[in-house]
Amino acid sequence: MSLRSYVIARVLLTIPMLLLLLTLVFLITRVLPGDPVLLHFEKQAKPEAVEEFRQRLGLDKSLPEQYVDYLTGVLRGDLGKSMQDFSPVAQQIFSAFPATLELAIFGMIIAVVLGIFLGVRSSRSYNTGEDHVIRTFGIATYAIPVFFLGMVLQLVFSIQLHWFPSGGRIYPGSEPLGLNLGGFHLATGLYTVDSLLEGNLSKFVQALRYLFLPSFALGLVLCGIFIRLTRTSMLETLRLDFVTAARARGLKERTVVYTYALRNAFLPILTMMGLQFAALLAGAILTETTFSWPGLGRYLVDRIAFRDYTAIQGAVVFFGLLVALVSLMVDILYAYLDPRIRL
Amino acid sequence: MPLLEINSLTVDYPTRVGTVRAVDRVSISVEKGQTLGIVGESGCGKSTLGLAVIRLVPSPGIMTEGSIMIDGTDIMRLSNNEVRELRGKVGFIFQDPMTSLNPVKRIGDHFVEFIRTHEKEVSRQEALEKTGKILESLGILRERTTDYPHQFSGGMRQRVMIGLGLALNPKLLIADEPTTSLDVIVEAQILELMNKLKKDYDLTLILITHNIGIVAEMSDLIAVMYAGRVVEFGPTEQIFENPLHPYTKGLLESAPNILHPERSMHPIPGSPPDLISPPPGCKFHPRCPHAFEPCPLREPFLVMKERRFVACHLYD
Repeated sequence: MSLRSYVIARVLLTIPMLLLLLTLVFLITRVLPGDPVLLHFEKQAKPEAVEEFRQRLGLDKSLPEQYVDYLTGVLRGDLGKSMQDFSPVAQQIFSAFPATLELAIFGMIIAVVLGIFLGVRSSRSYNTGEDHVIRTFGIATYAIPVFFLGMVLQLVFSIQLHWFPSGGRIYPGSEPLGLNLGGFHLATGLYTVDSLLEGNLSKFVQALRYLFLPSFALGLVLCGIFIRLTRTSMLETLRLDFVTAARARGLKERTVVYTYALRNAFLPILTMMGLQFAALLAGAILTETTFSWPGLGRYLVDRIAFRDYTAIQGAVVFFGLLVALVSLMVDILYAYLDPRIRL
Repeated sequence: MPLLEINSLTVDYPTRVGTVRAVDRVSISVEKGQTLGIVGESGCGKSTLGLAVIRLVPSPGIMTEGSIMIDGTDIMRLSNNEVRELRGKVGFIFQDPMTSLNPVKRIGDHFVEFIRTHEKEVSRQEALEKTGKILESLGILRERTTDYPHQFSGGMRQRVMIGLGLALNPKLLIADEPTTSLDVIVEAQILELMNKLKKDYDLTLILITHNIGIVAEMSDLIAVMYAGRVVEFGPTEQIFENPLHPYTKGLLESAPNILHPERSMHPIPGSPPDLISPPPGCKFHPRCPHAFEPCPLREPFLVMKERRFVACHLYD
């Protein structure tokens, strides 16, 4: 099977998976005991007021009708209305998501680059002092709670040294505008990208400065997983015959380690990258809270506190879609990396 | 001048429970164009010896003593880069073709990468052209250079490994159990192919195997190894007609003999020694039917006897 037909088959498989996911989310939120609507009213509230609230959210219809409404809504990108202010949930999620996405991307880059680099070094200096130091570093960073690490970083780098701001996403009022060409407007919501689109280098530097501490804290905590995974996987691969055979052919050590060993050791690392990235996209709640980062994590915490069930359901659907998308990408990358999977 | 001259080579593996001497003062020389067979049981040090020739003894092994000269160059004195160059000039074929190729690399890319690492002036196109020729000479279609290893059978993969071994026209080819993991028919094909290539390429061949039948068929010289030592070394015919060392005799008697099918096979009693605490004196004496007083006391020297070398107190 060629790579292309594999990708098509894999994409088609995603459709029933998504349908199942959407149905489960719908059923679970309906089956849960208690009436979410009543939570928002006093006991003495007038039944008409409750009924009106129910109608505005479309919760007065029969279950099959609600199901159809919900499915067609999701297809149109409509995740229902918030119980708090009746504004569209999808819009709220989309406005909070870029911040989370940006943090997740930079956090992952730091975690993966640091983790793989140190993991490879550790495996190559197996059982020496360097190996022990790197392993201890990996365990230590993984064991530190991210809010504590975040606070230490804030204390040192923003309060003492004044190198980086201690929180927020950008100086209020200087949000980058993105690309504006006559009537054509393009903004991704990722400040690093938008500032470059705008061609404003100082805003780009500023966005990076705000981004650095939270993504560094996140990356440092996560890199431990990648150090250990890379090390174990590399130790297994480095012992394989084709690595010895590559050395016997006199290939450069860099080629042997990176294109022979690491590329074959990469599949478990890629799986973990997918899982971690998907988890980060749901919002790194603790990191976002520590650094006042206005992302999805903080949005969810707010909504949970308000018992905004439609918002929570919308967020779960959104998260489900993201996980499906990320695992689709991971599977396609798998097939790209390992020709045996395309069978 | 011999093409390969190994002098008193010793390889140690330090472990937590003690040092394993995998290769113990081995001296061997092979003239250009000859085939040397190295035989012995599993764990006798024959694979380590083969890897030592291209300075690829697996960690934590170290060459503690001796020298290896290839074409007059002492390979112990080479820098790491020079060792890499040397490895381009010495072909090496491994035991298991199923695992010796990078599963995520196309067959052709194995060749291109190898050729261009050592001959930088060669373009990718030229290297691919050369690859096609090599594969065709081994009975593999040129179009298959874009296939991945998993699309090849075991025998074909071993042909690919042989092709890789020969891609840069080496003078010396080392084959470590090249047919052990293949079925007998493919084994015969591969051996025939190697014999043909040996003539075509004017190769000096070192064949490492536990199969004494293959050695009989292929090699001019035999080195019999036991517990890290060469116990008998000489021309194949003489060793087969009149083995001197009791271990060599045991090896020959434990294999079926097609010329004398009526002879029954006699396995060697016991098992190879634990090399962390080997027996004193001659390491073979606990299993030797001819052991007498000096055997547990002194280690025998390798001495010249009847146009070959043998290390046994029977011939002191």
